[in-house]
Amino acid sequence: MNWLTEPFELLIYKRALLAAIIIGFTNGYVSAYVVLRKAALKTGSLSHALLPGIAFAILIFGLTPWSAFAGAVVAALIIGLGSLMVSQTSRIDQDTALAVLYTAAFSAGIVLLGYVNAPGELEHWLFGDIRGMSDNDLWTVFIIAAASLLVLTLFQRPIIVMLFEPNVARSLGIPVTIMNYVLFALVILVLISSLQAVGCILALGLLVTPAATMLLFTDSPLRLFWGGGILGTLCSVAALVISYWLDWPTGSSIVLILGAVFVIAFLISPKYGVLRMLRQRHHHHESHA
Amino acid sequence: MSDHAPEIDGSCVSCHVLEVEGLCVNYGKVMALCDVAFRTSCGKSVALIGPNGAGKSTLIKALAGLIRPECGEIRWRGQAMTKSSHEIAYLPQREEIDWNFPATVRGIVEMGRYPHLSWWRRFSSKDTAQVDQALESMDLLDLQDRQISALSGGQQQRAFLARALAQEAHVFLLDEPFTGLDADAQDRLTSMIGTLKMEGRLIIASHHDLDTVETIYDEVLMQATKQVAFGSVKDTFTKAIIDETYGRERRSA
Repeated sequence: MNWLTEPFELLIYKRALLAAIIIGFTNGYVSAYVVLRKAALKTGSLSHALLPGIAFAILIFGLTPWSAFAGAVVAALIIGLGSLMVSQTSRIDQDTALAVLYTAAFSAGIVLLGYVNAPGELEHWLFGDIRGMSDNDLWTVFIIAAASLLVLTLFQRPIIVMLFEPNVARSLGIPVTIMNYVLFALVILVLISSLQAVGCILALGLLVTPAATMLLFTDSPLRLFWGGGILGTLCSVAALVISYWLDWPTGSSIVLILGAVFVIAFLISPKYGVLRMLRQRHHHHESHA
Repeated sequence: MSDHAPEIDGSCVSCHVLEVEGLCVNYGKVMALCDVAFRTSCGKSVALIGPNGAGKSTLIKALAGLIRPECGEIRWRGQAMTKSSHEIAYLPQREEIDWNFPATVRGIVEMGRYPHLSWWRRFSSKDTAQVDQALESMDLLDLQDRQISALSGGQQQRAFLARALAQEAHVFLLDEPFTGLDADAQDRLTSMIGTLKMEGRLIIASHHDLDTVETIYDEVLMQATKQVAFGSVKDTFTKAIIDETYGRERRSA
């Protein structure tokens, strides 16, 4: 088991391990919400939209976790609410508005980061590195994790009803609109917390793939949440070990492993795997022949 | 029982009254529903009849508290309907539901218990018994572990009724429950509505098959954006009023 423990003798990998567990679990858990809400691509555009906010904040206030954080929140809100406003006040639908605004914002972010006098800065925000987490970063990640897990667990029941059928939820007196805003803010926070680890291009992978994989195994929303969290943790930690031995970039390793697990699940899941479906169709044909 | 909701039993037939007065609903500048007024009580089944675009779904949604009316009042047991949302069960049209949602029949029925539980409280044995009973009365015990897309249309409709039963709802608001069901499933749903009525519940459903109204419902509300008539099936579901309800639309179209 030396190969497993050796990386974590280094302090930098100990911190990375802690970060991988917290970030992996939180993203995996919240991914159940993103997947059930069918908001994967919307979330992806938001994660790109964070970049100009961070770049702008770094240019004005210098790089502190809080300036990057505040910049990211403001940027996400401007793009998110801006696309909503454009879609409500013109004939442009929200997907189109979001696509226009987020690509423009992302480009602005890349241009702005060119003005930051730090080599590797752009690459860091685009692809992340979970080994570069400071104490402050770890605290930020921890607080976001605690807040999002608390909200999603406390309000699990109303949230599940809401995800299943918003009108049924409304008829039961659940404040659907307010909850949607709260959960939207939460998703932005979780995205920000994973930027350090996987960067804004890959953040979506960590915030979608775990629950997408669990969806191939279970018909219980609860298992989607918890299973997503566990899968997110395991894959993030495994990626850390792999990146140590093979010298792969950590962020890409995390998302790559999640993707690989998804493909395996897609093929062999006993419930909704494609092989089983094919076999069933085969049997079906035979019995009709 | 939670709150001060009355018990469901045959003895209280007609003691709980639903009153609607001067109800109007607009979508932007378009009038969707106007001048709706009626009074009915538990133990009855009411059909909402009218041509497409007559505001049947709108009325169901307004009763369920999903749409804020422009004017008018909805009172259930003397109070604003929204104050007793647990007693109201809304069953959307089947095509509005994502049947691929990862939930089993039992999972859906358990959702009916959520309003009775605090945020994180576990299911008590009473909750479990309520769910079992709801499944049994809708004849779904054998299907309880099925994912909901693996059900027939009639079974899906019954799963939703079972959710409403587990919720201990008094007023069932059904949007086109018979649409897309085969003859067997229609008969079955008819007899289940009969049972719910006998238990003292109030069933309000939008309906468009004019041939089956008399066998399923006690009262009809005839509407074409404006209310044309309301009353017992015998007095109100007459050829003259049906023609008026459907003819008015043809002339204006």
